[in-house]
Amino acid sequence: MVVPSLKLQDLIEEIRGAKTQAQEREVIQKECAHIRASFRDGDPVHRHRQLAKLLYVHMLGYPAHFGQMECLKLIASSRFTDKRVGYLGAMLLLDERHDAHLLITNSIKNDLSQGIQPVQGLALCTLSTMGSAEMCRDLAPEVEKLLLQPSPYVRKKAILTAVHMIRKVPELSSVFLPPCAQLLHERHHGILLGTITLITELCERSPAALRHFRKVVPQLVQILRTLVTMGYSTEHSISGVSDPFLQVQILRLLRILGRNHEESSETMNDLLAQVATNTDTSRNAGNAVLFETVLTIMDICSAAGLRVLAVNILGRFLLNSDRNIRYVALTSLLRLVQSDHSAVQRHRPTVVECLRETDASLSRRALELSLALVNSSNVRAMMQELQAFLESCPPDLRADCASGILLAAERFAPTKRWHIDTILHVLTTAGTHVRDDAVANLTQLIGGAQELHAYSVRRLYNALAEDISQQPLVQVAAWCIGEYGDLLLAGNCEEIEPLQVDEEEVLALLEKVLQSHMSLPATRGYALTALMKLSTRLCGDNNRIRQVVSIYGSCLDVELQQRAVEYDTLFRKYDHMRAAILEKMPLAEQDGPQADEEAKESKEAAQLSEAAPVPTEPQASQLLDLLDLLDGASGDVQHPPPLDPSPGGALVHLLDLPCAPPPPAPIPDLKVFEREGVQLNLSFIRPPENPALLLITVTATNFSEGDVTHFICQAAVPKSLQLQLQAPSGNTVPARGGLPITQLFRILNPNKAPLRLKLRLTYDHFHQSVQEIFEVNNLPVESWQ
Amino acid sequence: MIKAILIFNNHGKPQLSKFYQPYSEDTQQQIIRETFHLVSKRDENVCNFLEGGLLIGGSDNKLIYRHYATLYFVFCVDSSESELGILDLIQVFVETLDKCFENVCELDLIFHVDKVHNILAEMVMGGMVLETNMNEIVTQIDAQNKLEKSETFIFQSPRQDR
Repeated sequence: MVVPSLKLQDLIEEIRGAKTQAQEREVIQKECAHIRASFRDGDPVHRHRQLAKLLYVHMLGYPAHFGQMECLKLIASSRFTDKRVGYLGAMLLLDERHDAHLLITNSIKNDLSQGIQPVQGLALCTLSTMGSAEMCRDLAPEVEKLLLQPSPYVRKKAILTAVHMIRKVPELSSVFLPPCAQLLHERHHGILLGTITLITELCERSPAALRHFRKVVPQLVQILRTLVTMGYSTEHSISGVSDPFLQVQILRLLRILGRNHEESSETMNDLLAQVATNTDTSRNAGNAVLFETVLTIMDICSAAGLRVLAVNILGRFLLNSDRNIRYVALTSLLRLVQSDHSAVQRHRPTVVECLRETDASLSRRALELSLALVNSSNVRAMMQELQAFLESCPPDLRADCASGILLAAERFAPTKRWHIDTILHVLTTAGTHVRDDAVANLTQLIGGAQELHAYSVRRLYNALAEDISQQPLVQVAAWCIGEYGDLLLAGNCEEIEPLQVDEEEVLALLEKVLQSHMSLPATRGYALTALMKLSTRLCGDNNRIRQVVSIYGSCLDVELQQRAVEYDTLFRKYDHMRAAILEKMPLAEQDGPQADEEAKESKEAAQLSEAAPVPTEPQASQLLDLLDLLDGASGDVQHPPPLDPSPGGALVHLLDLPCAPPPPAPIPDLKVFEREGVQLNLSFIRPPENPALLLITVTATNFSEGDVTHFICQAAVPKSLQLQLQAPSGNTVPARGGLPITQLFRILNPNKAPLRLKLRLTYDHFHQSVQEIFEVNNLPVESWQ
Repeated sequence: MIKAILIFNNHGKPQLSKFYQPYSEDTQQQIIRETFHLVSKRDENVCNFLEGGLLIGGSDNKLIYRHYATLYFVFCVDSSESELGILDLIQVFVETLDKCFENVCELDLIFHVDKVHNILAEMVMGGMVLETNMNEIVTQIDAQNKLEKSETFIFQSPRQDR
């Protein structure tokens, strides 16, 4: 009994008639059952129809794997109808991940060698779509034979199949390289198109092939010239441009061949100029050719005039009303921005205009290009534009925009205040999208800009008062308020209008941050620490702070609880040390792009073994002469930072940095100066945990009969090194071997530059003022290598 | 290289899907859904280019699409293809369909999806552009259809098919 089968159209009709997804599933499942039965029965007449239906439901997403074997049977059939559907099925259902695909290799081989042209075409098409490496290796000889057959229909397909084969099995390049030269002489556009694609693939894979094909450059130029100057032909032209697809392919190949090769570039110059000036740009096809020409001109070694022409064409396209053209222009400019930066800079205003596009694709491209165009001269204007963009851009671009702005600000910030303002603005606008280290960078930046402490804390306080949801902003603001709370309350800052802030308001705000459900645990940590620091900065009593701290002693979050308990202990048992511990933090060393997180969170920068009292003022102006004397380099003498003394053992776990003195490295001491019994000695220490750091202890001894008083030692180092002078132990060296003065120099030398040191001594000795300036010679090599 | 060619209607129902790189069936369906999702969000007067969805390779690939009445024609390509060239290719494809079906409309594409595959196979092969001359393509398709017809002629049988 024959099961009557639906035609494909009828099945489609039924599926479309289904009102719901469930109904559609029902129809399809019923039909698939029929199809499966028909396959089992092995009905050869209608097999092709059954498979066609199966392929349709496969497209809709239903399982069709049981049709794989049927594809094989259909391909092996002698009827063209069967083969057509069979090969289509093979392309859609079989791929190299299923072993079954190898079974069609034999059928393909037969069809390639003995089939009629349409059949050969089918086989080649299938091979080029799903042919695996094994299949390609097996069938390469057949395909090679077909390359030189008379029929252009088969030849053009064979050529593209060859491209696929080379992609799968690169060794086959040697098989398909020789015929190319002959194929280039063909007139048929399909064959030419395929050949150019094949040559391009060969050149991209092997430098030897690239060299080999450079000799066809004149021929390619000729073909392109013929296309360009040919009159209107209905055959291949699209809107009046002759075969733009072939033109574009040739231009791409010329680009690859002319890159970094003077001679080939020379051959192409005239033609490229001709195409660039003569192509009709009123329709899309002409523009496609023109763009490709521009990209080729910029990539090869072309004449300067031609390059200028090319960039100007792109600039013109940026102003085109057609959005597609503008998109491609932006993409092309992005490719050129590295190599021809100044040329692209000229079009910066137009690029910035494109930021305001409503089209998301265009604004994304404009954003990338704008970020690439920021440099030190246009940074202020560009940042303004980019920040305006950040406020209104679609959410998926926010993260890229924010990190782009922060990076550019880091590289090109004209002033620190501008930098701080910019980061602040980004944090308030797009706080949730910034990178994790933005907080660390900003605190480092603010910490280093002492003149801006009051300004920063005021602005951050205002921002925090408005909105406590943006976590990075809250964290930085909490840190700042903690550190510089006294400046906040002092109320005077010339740069923004005076604001009277009440102590209670500040505490209330920090408490709000602590309690808010929007705050992350890390943020809470910041807020709690800030509150604690304020206990020393504020003048009122600390009951409120103590209360908060003791509440959090039973907080569920372990980290917060630990901190709160410690702070509480600090209040109760170690109150005498509280002020010293909570003093302002010194600037953390910045070893690399990541700032030291522990240095921020701990209250101690215990890299030095010596505690020092608050230092004297350096005489910066007198140092300038000293600095001038070091040729070409001027040292940077910073005043020694205030140091917190080491706390007691109860808070040891807060210290993530070692507080034991570093073990001395065996560098020999150096006597650098002697005059009338006054000697100066240098001893060197390189702590093993910090190879860039050098500690020099300067010891001034006096074996003469007269005291040395008002002793001051100053130092300068080359620009690539960083120098910090600690305060000396005193100003007087008593006579006859009295207690020497010691002073510690800290030198950071991350680049291991040769160490040079110039010293300037002034003191009174034997009722005379002595001033000595000299460079230290014979510095041991171990001190800087 | 062209990675995939998709045609779907305004509701996301696929009318043709051809992939030139191996993807599992699930991935293929997901790609169709994702592409429809990205393309349907676009306004009418924006450019025809989009970043590719994550499944099909992310920002290294582009979706180049054209919207004709109720159908979206989407070509997913990598960076080696000329964007404006692909736009023209889509146009050539549609015009060829028009010639083969005589004033093609959506229903033609729906009911004769196998024929659309055959036409496409004459234009794009293995992810590369094969032939753009409409007349050549149409001539070939006509010859193949004749061949099919001649075979059914031989196989006409007394069985009644529904």
